[in-house]
Amino acid sequence: MEKKSLFWKEHFWRGLITCCGLFVIVLTLAIGAFLVYKGSGTFTKYGHSIFEFLFSSKWSPADNSTGGGSVGAAVYIVGSLSTCGLALLIATPFSLAAAIFMTEISPKLGNKFFRPAVELFVGIPSVIYGWVGLTTLVPAIKKVFHLNMGYSVLAAGIVLAVMIFPSITTVAADAIKSVPIDYRKAAYGLGATRWQVIYQIVLPAAKPGIFTGIIMGLARAFGEALAVAMVIGKMRSFPKSILSPTTNLTSAIASDMGGAMEGGEYNTALWTMALLLFLISLLFIFIIHRIVAQKGEEKDGNK
Amino acid sequence: METNKKAKQIDRIMTAVFVTVAGFFLLLLAGIALLVIGRGIAGFEPYMLSFSRKGIGNQLFNTIYLVFLSLLVSVPLGIATGVYLAEYAKPGKLTNFLGICIETLSSLPSIVVGLFGYLVFIVMVGAKWNLASGALAVSILNLPLIATTTKDAMLSMPKGYRMGSMGLGATHWQTIKRVLLPACMPRILTGIILAAGRVFGEAAALLYTAGMSTDINWNNWDLTSPTCPLNPFRPGETLALHIWASRTEAIGADSVQIANFSSAVLLILVFAFSIGARVLGRRMERKIGGK
Repeated sequence: MEKKSLFWKEHFWRGLITCCGLFVIVLTLAIGAFLVYKGSGTFTKYGHSIFEFLFSSKWSPADNSTGGGSVGAAVYIVGSLSTCGLALLIATPFSLAAAIFMTEISPKLGNKFFRPAVELFVGIPSVIYGWVGLTTLVPAIKKVFHLNMGYSVLAAGIVLAVMIFPSITTVAADAIKSVPIDYRKAAYGLGATRWQVIYQIVLPAAKPGIFTGIIMGLARAFGEALAVAMVIGKMRSFPKSILSPTTNLTSAIASDMGGAMEGGEYNTALWTMALLLFLISLLFIFIIHRIVAQKGEEKDGNK
Repeated sequence: METNKKAKQIDRIMTAVFVTVAGFFLLLLAGIALLVIGRGIAGFEPYMLSFSRKGIGNQLFNTIYLVFLSLLVSVPLGIATGVYLAEYAKPGKLTNFLGICIETLSSLPSIVVGLFGYLVFIVMVGAKWNLASGALAVSILNLPLIATTTKDAMLSMPKGYRMGSMGLGATHWQTIKRVLLPACMPRILTGIILAAGRVFGEAAALLYTAGMSTDINWNNWDLTSPTCPLNPFRPGETLALHIWASRTEAIGADSVQIANFSSAVLLILVFAFSIGARVLGRRMERKIGGK
């Protein structure tokens, strides 16, 4: 009798846990399906072309279900690209230098102090970065460059750079750390200086991991909504320089979704933006997988 | 000889560059933390802590309650998913796909998760903005973290644990429940605390799910009433959302001070959780390591 209940329990728990695992798959597919379903409405229901959505800058979707507006999201896309690009430009060299410092120059200080401190900052809520950017950085930019407003691509880029710096640094440091010590010893044995070892041996060997870190940072910057929305100025025009305000995909969704009529053209166009964000994050995952796979092949090739 | 000298010089210069950059960033991070906390303290007035329309007490309560509600969903589901991946899943296409799904979930922009939550938990259910739907949306965000921590913890267990237990005649499930899960608990707990710390600051996913208003009557304990603090089906603005709101709709004259103070409280909460997770993880590890 007791054996039977044991047997039953075994199956029950196994079944339940398998269901939970499968549920995660269903959940992910459901998110993707809903995004595709809602987002494709712009192209199917309202008859706009994908080309128009991606490359036209005329954005005036009608806030009703008859349609007839235009849904060119190019300004938003360029806004997202330029802010994230700038953030990467600022954050990458600094992150790399910090990662090298905590692994190669001063591993003791790095492990005990620098790394925990950087990791602590990975978790800072983005609204706080946005708030600091809004109250400190925006007025500062306004003053330094004598602008009417401080809201700008530059402000958004700096806020994003500070946000993604800790993530890139930790991943890059892990990659540098995992370079075999023999590589370094061999290079030192040949009389190389520390910088030569870092630049010519360690960095090339850690390249795949460093790229993974950069792409993870980029993904985080791309999906960030509120911190950017707070400092970008939400001006619907292409940025003329890094000092002019613009807008981006995430802040459009964050600020306009609440007011748009459910199922209307406006609402659907915002869903298409969300779909675009989803596709981009899938693309980033794909790239990371490619990098990791390539790294595996290279290693096998060496053996 | 000449090139040698040059190489050494460059080496020295680059070392200085690295030290400077690292120092600069440490200063910058410390500066941001001090700025946020300092400004919060500078503008502090006792009424800000009150549980009224003016203070942020209600928002603080909402934040903690929301974290609690979201963990109710994501902890069992996340641990189960982790256990499935580590113990039951057979290597193959389905398992690979589940791995990719978890990765996808973990890299979803939170505003996209917020939209999904808005559509499914609000529009399709026909409800108004409420805490429960916010909690569900946020649990989508921290589910992957808990699942991967559980999986990694279980896979890192020594083989002897499993063999010993099975050798004593325990079934697979008994082994998981009585041996593996308890042994993994410290690491899973650390993961949960980290996940909770992340939820504290989440705002984008809550914009259209938990709502931007809060109206609590602290004398009302009727769970079905929309002003009862513990009713999960009432709108509940969190601290992070409050900071966001005071930027766009500056209502009162002191909204800047309140946002400063809210940021400081939020920052301290997040730091406390993340340091707590670290300390706990280290202590538990030492205990298990037998040192």
